[in-house]
Amino acid sequence: MVELEHVNIQLGGRDILEDINFTVTEGEFIVMLGPNGAGKSTLLKLLLGLINPSSGLVRVLGKTPRRGNQAIGYAPQHRTLEADVALRARDLVGFGLDGHRWGIGWPDPQRQRIVDQALAEVDALAFADAPVGQLSGGEQQRLLIAQALLANPRLLLLDEPLANLDLNHQREIVDLVTRVCRGHNIAVMLVTHDINPLLQVVDRVIYMAHGHSTIGTPEEVITSSTLTRLYGSPVEVIHALDRLFVVGAET
Amino acid sequence: MFKLLQYEFVQNAFMAGTIIAILAPIIGYFVVVRAQAFAGHALSHIGFAGATGAALLGVNPLLGMFTFTLLAALAIGALGERVRGRDVETGMALSFALGLGVLFLSLYSQYSRETVSILFGSILSISHDNVLITLAGSIAALLLILLMFRPLLFASIDPVVAESRGVPVRLLSIGFLLLLAVTVSVAVQVVGVLLVFALLVAPAATAGRLTHRPISAIALGILLGLAFTWGGLVLAIASRWPVSFCIAALASLCYVITVLRRSWRTPHRYKALPHPNREYV
Amino acid sequence: MFEMLQYPFIQNAFLAGSFVAVVAAIIGYFLVIRGLTFAGDALSHIGFAGAAGAVLLGVDPLFGLLAFSVGAAIGIGLLGKEIRERDIAIGIMMTLALGFGMLFLSLYKGRAERTYSILFGTILGIDKTDILVTAIFSLFAIAVVLILFRPLLFISFDPQVAEARGVPVRLIAIAFMILVAVTVSISVQVVGVLLIFTLLVGPAATAIRLARRPLAAIGLAVALGLGYTWLGILFAANSTWPVSFFIATLSFGVYLPVRIFSPFWRARSFPFWRTRRPGLREQRSGSTEKSERLPTSGEQERQAEVPAASHLRR
Repeated sequence: MVELEHVNIQLGGRDILEDINFTVTEGEFIVMLGPNGAGKSTLLKLLLGLINPSSGLVRVLGKTPRRGNQAIGYAPQHRTLEADVALRARDLVGFGLDGHRWGIGWPDPQRQRIVDQALAEVDALAFADAPVGQLSGGEQQRLLIAQALLANPRLLLLDEPLANLDLNHQREIVDLVTRVCRGHNIAVMLVTHDINPLLQVVDRVIYMAHGHSTIGTPEEVITSSTLTRLYGSPVEVIHALDRLFVVGAET
Repeated sequence: MFKLLQYEFVQNAFMAGTIIAILAPIIGYFVVVRAQAFAGHALSHIGFAGATGAALLGVNPLLGMFTFTLLAALAIGALGERVRGRDVETGMALSFALGLGVLFLSLYSQYSRETVSILFGSILSISHDNVLITLAGSIAALLLILLMFRPLLFASIDPVVAESRGVPVRLLSIGFLLLLAVTVSVAVQVVGVLLVFALLVAPAATAGRLTHRPISAIALGILLGLAFTWGGLVLAIASRWPVSFCIAALASLCYVITVLRRSWRTPHRYKALPHPNREYV
Repeated sequence: MFEMLQYPFIQNAFLAGSFVAVVAAIIGYFLVIRGLTFAGDALSHIGFAGAAGAVLLGVDPLFGLLAFSVGAAIGIGLLGKEIRERDIAIGIMMTLALGFGMLFLSLYKGRAERTYSILFGTILGIDKTDILVTAIFSLFAIAVVLILFRPLLFISFDPQVAEARGVPVRLIAIAFMILVAVTVSISVQVVGVLLIFTLLVGPAATAIRLARRPLAAIGLAVALGLGYTWLGILFAANSTWPVSFFIATLSFGVYLPVRIFSPFWRARSFPFWRTRRPGLREQRSGSTEKSERLPTSGEQERQAEVPAASHLRR
């Protein structure tokens, strides 16, 4: 599905990512972790073809990434939509289907059916006709995932879908993404700060820090020795109350 | 050329211009920081209705200007501290006020002369009375802005934290809009309703691009404001072009030059090293 | 009141005003959702300099308006993203242009009436050629907006995903600003440079608060724009007061109550949307497929609490 070999990215004369290597196979659930500024969102942009690597090989679905790839669904980091905007939930989701086509678009029962199906997939039919600005963060996030799902993608890229959500809503989104991943055999790459809500469902973890990355199962990657090597400074992983915490010394 | 300085109208022009060139960049600094450029634009246009209405009633247009801008400032302030997202509301009020202004103008017989001086400024015809009103208004505004300087800056940059520290954010927001109303009203005499950005925003924005410290940005803004006003006056007297055109052209060209100069230089980037402290995995 | 309609100059005003009202309402909708209302206002002010220059050169002011506002539109489109700095850059661009407008005005030795008509509109003085020009530009702008419709909505609401999907975001943004410039230029005849907001933003801002779907909002905005323009001309024809005053007052008079009361209206109508399809929800939660899919125990409670929470949120 996704292959990266010796990928380097420079932006504005500064190294963002150095020597990134990993592969993602079909239907895999991958979580990308790492501190702010580690290059997680940059990596997603690379896979979407919005930026080019300075060197190295990138293959997405067997091809060099390009813009407008229908086989990739993408939900960007969430921003709150204005409350007074005249747009229904189903209109927002519909962008995923034909938002990039010219013209006004005529009412089409088949289009309606596809949008309804995507809304049902994320359990959003109940508020399909509500104005998007009045929906909660979790509900808007579900719409963004529905939008990403519309074109029947084989790879789903989610940038911080759990940010600013409380524990209940986080669990909802995690259940939803797991269902999509397992049910339709779609590979998922999800960026997050906190792996704990995802520990039970994730296949492998990409941990990024200082422009470097390492990949493996959570048991392999989130250990004191691996993270110490990645950060280049002492780091300890603490297991407490069935949760993982990473603690590092100031450098 | 300096012989012209003996004339009373030139003296009045220099006096009023100087007072306003000191006040406007200070208020303008906060306009830029608070991203309220549109509010400034709207207040000046709303003042247009006040000025034409006053002219219709035979009152000093400056007083009509004060009345309308202060009322509008209160109304905008009542919308809440989030003036930033209120462009549509502000714009609707603006166009309604302009509609009134058009009506007053059509009822007023001396249509064109009065319109030009309100829309484009008439610094060379400022009366001695108006110089005194300007001086009084500006000194009051200056004292107030000095009084609320630190909390206002705090509230402008981080309203949530400021509020938690007990800063009266809402009150400061309304207070600032009232000061903005006074500033716009007096500045309109120099550059007119349409060109008020030349004194209000341009010096502050240019200074903000050259320095990042609040105090030095304000000081530089004042220097620029004075340079634009005096330079514009001298240029206008020498060339017989309109004063407000000269001030606006100097101010905007100066801003454009700083913008271009900035983008030629390679940007200095701060390279933050992420560390894993307190990071949840 | 209606006998005024027999006069050709009133008929001309109605014809040109209708074209302008329709195109301004459509473009205004996108202007509002893209948060570019200040840019629209600034374009009209910048156009004034062009018009004053054209008067000085003895050319039709419309061409000066078009030249300056389209040039500025491209400039604003290229300025790009950062809102705070963009407003200031637009404002200073506007100041420079208005300064030149003032200079042209002072250099022009003829009658100043023509320039004032640019500032405040001259719909009652419109002739047949003006109508033709207005019609051509309006139809052109409407045609382009119809072609750009879906990508333009997409980039307005969701620029990041649109870019990832291969929509040329920057190009469409600039094309849209050019359409705004064209609309502003022809609207100036009706309401003048200073009152452009009333036709461009007024109907759209009101419609957005009343309608839920983009197409319904645009339709309503067009209807409101036509209503304001027709009533404004009708009132002005029967009094000595200017058209632009009536249009501005109508536009504001409808907007104000809608702005004040729409939050309450929306809050009340919201639970209605939630429960509009009760059959659907029951049917789905009763099916076996669902319990297979979502085995979490909290599922039932969550379903129950959603409508209540939504009611409280506003």
